[in-house]
Amino acid sequence: MAKVTNETQSRIATVGRASLAVFLCILYLIPVVWMFSTAFKPRKAIISIPPQVFFTPTLEGFVGLFYKRSTLTPAQMEQYQQRTDLSWAERVALEQGLAITRQSDYVGQLRNSLIIAGGSTVLAVGMGLLSAYAFSRFRIKGQADLEFFILSTRMLPPVVVTIPIFLMYRRLGLYDTHFGLILLYTVFNLSLSVWLLKGFIDEIPKEYEEAALIDGYSRLQAFWKIVLPQAITGIAATTVFCLIFAWNEYAFALMLTSNRARTAPPSIPSVIGTSGVDWAAIAAGSLLFLIPVVIVVFALRRYLLRGITFGAIRQ
Amino acid sequence: MQSAPANTSTSQPAGSRRPLTLSDPAIKYLFLWPTVLLLIAFNVFPLFYSLYLSFTDFRAIANQPPNWIGIQNYSDILNDEQLWVYFRNTGRFVVTAVALETLVGFGIALLLRSKFWGSGVITTLILIPMMSAPVVVGLFWKLIFNPNYGIFNYLLGFAAGKGPDWIGDGDLAMWAIIIVDVWMWSPYVMLLSLAGLSAIPDYIYEAADIDRASPPYQFFRITLPQVAPLLLIAILFRTIEAFKAFDLVMGLTGGGPGDATEMVSVQLYRIAFLGQFNTGKASALAYIILVIIIGVSNLYIKYLNKVKAG
Repeated sequence: MAKVTNETQSRIATVGRASLAVFLCILYLIPVVWMFSTAFKPRKAIISIPPQVFFTPTLEGFVGLFYKRSTLTPAQMEQYQQRTDLSWAERVALEQGLAITRQSDYVGQLRNSLIIAGGSTVLAVGMGLLSAYAFSRFRIKGQADLEFFILSTRMLPPVVVTIPIFLMYRRLGLYDTHFGLILLYTVFNLSLSVWLLKGFIDEIPKEYEEAALIDGYSRLQAFWKIVLPQAITGIAATTVFCLIFAWNEYAFALMLTSNRARTAPPSIPSVIGTSGVDWAAIAAGSLLFLIPVVIVVFALRRYLLRGITFGAIRQ
Repeated sequence: MQSAPANTSTSQPAGSRRPLTLSDPAIKYLFLWPTVLLLIAFNVFPLFYSLYLSFTDFRAIANQPPNWIGIQNYSDILNDEQLWVYFRNTGRFVVTAVALETLVGFGIALLLRSKFWGSGVITTLILIPMMSAPVVVGLFWKLIFNPNYGIFNYLLGFAAGKGPDWIGDGDLAMWAIIIVDVWMWSPYVMLLSLAGLSAIPDYIYEAADIDRASPPYQFFRITLPQVAPLLLIAILFRTIEAFKAFDLVMGLTGGGPGDATEMVSVQLYRIAFLGQFNTGKASALAYIILVIIIGVSNLYIKYLNKVKAG
């Protein structure tokens, strides 16, 4: 009897815990869902009272994000309505009484984000992989100190090094260039990259390479043909963590770029509509920015812990 | 996988030489030095350079070489009443936000500790805020906090326009930042707590059950001490990060209203990159921040070692 009540009790406890967890999770995701829905809301629905959950979706936000628009006079409106060569974006704008004048800066900034995040990630993972291999397989003088040095660079508050780097970049002509930011993000990702990859490479048995070396492989061949394929999941996980950092970075981009190489994060706050803050456009920009990250979070859930603890803790 | 070396060796007969063969030491240095040099160039050199600048009156926009002015910048900063306000703001934010994150994160970890159907998905979904760009998060919460059409007040049950103005009110704006920071970063504490919880062996609890130890006793005598090291690491990292808070503040309040939410990191940005470009003074402030962060980290690490030693 006692055993049965115990079991029922523990089942009730589990159900209670689970429902509380589900409730908290829903509460947690409201802002994310709200961002998603705002991106597709018409202007009136965004500022409606009480907040609207159901609405007719529109792409106004995305048009506002990608294009600069101007208000049409009634006469121009009529003229526009008779035209048949309008693109989908122009038709969406027309419904709000707006005409598209030109592409917004956001497109270029999104491209900058892609170039800089991509370039720095390739460099950080590539260099990190080589260093991680050296740390993992060779005896290195002062290895512990060197490893600590690499780790400590990540602990340094960026604000402390930004000023000298700003001066250095101005002198070298790297201010407001893609290469400048790529280099900087590479440096800030290197510590994570080395530490994560070292953990993954440590797990590959040395015997594989030793056998290959005996078979006449050179060290480089063994690295290329044996270690790399085995480390591929680690490389993938590291790549994505570096990408997320570079993709989301704001402070350096704000301080070290102006027009040419400015990335999206410092730009999204300045997306201003034709009249006041264009929340739909901001939500659309945020959503486009968030989607890749959400995909990544799901793809990587097994490695998340390793990624955010520098690989120090293995799941 | 096991046969990889054997397989590839057939395609590459023993003894064949590629043009590029390097000795092990050569490879070691070739693999290592680019990383180390780059890190030195971007971390060690700037650190010394800004230390020097902090003793000068250098302005990045003036075409004048730096003049040595001794500890003038430091004494200016330490005597500046206004800067102390910013330090107080930062301190209030760090302590409150990190404390709440620890409670919420650890609480959720306890809920998700033993698996149930869907617990994995929930764990993953909760991590989304943490992985998104803080400036975008801050910006978007501005809409959520809007007193007229934001959903935050609506969900709290206020009629439109009747609820508190979270961003516009000097006392509440700090809480707005804290709420968003807790929303964003509690999952971090949760993730580390989960790792700590999963490492506690079951037999400890089984032994405690046999001894009829009460659940609170088990929690305070087994669970908490066992998770403490990882929890402290989470708190340490969060404290450092919260001290550097910049993106979120810029996106959400921009330091306002007035200077109710102005943090030292934001102030540093203003001194260094806006208006007068007061590079020397900004470097001095940056160094003060660095010393505080190192000091706090050391305190934590000492405490952490004590906890680990039992």
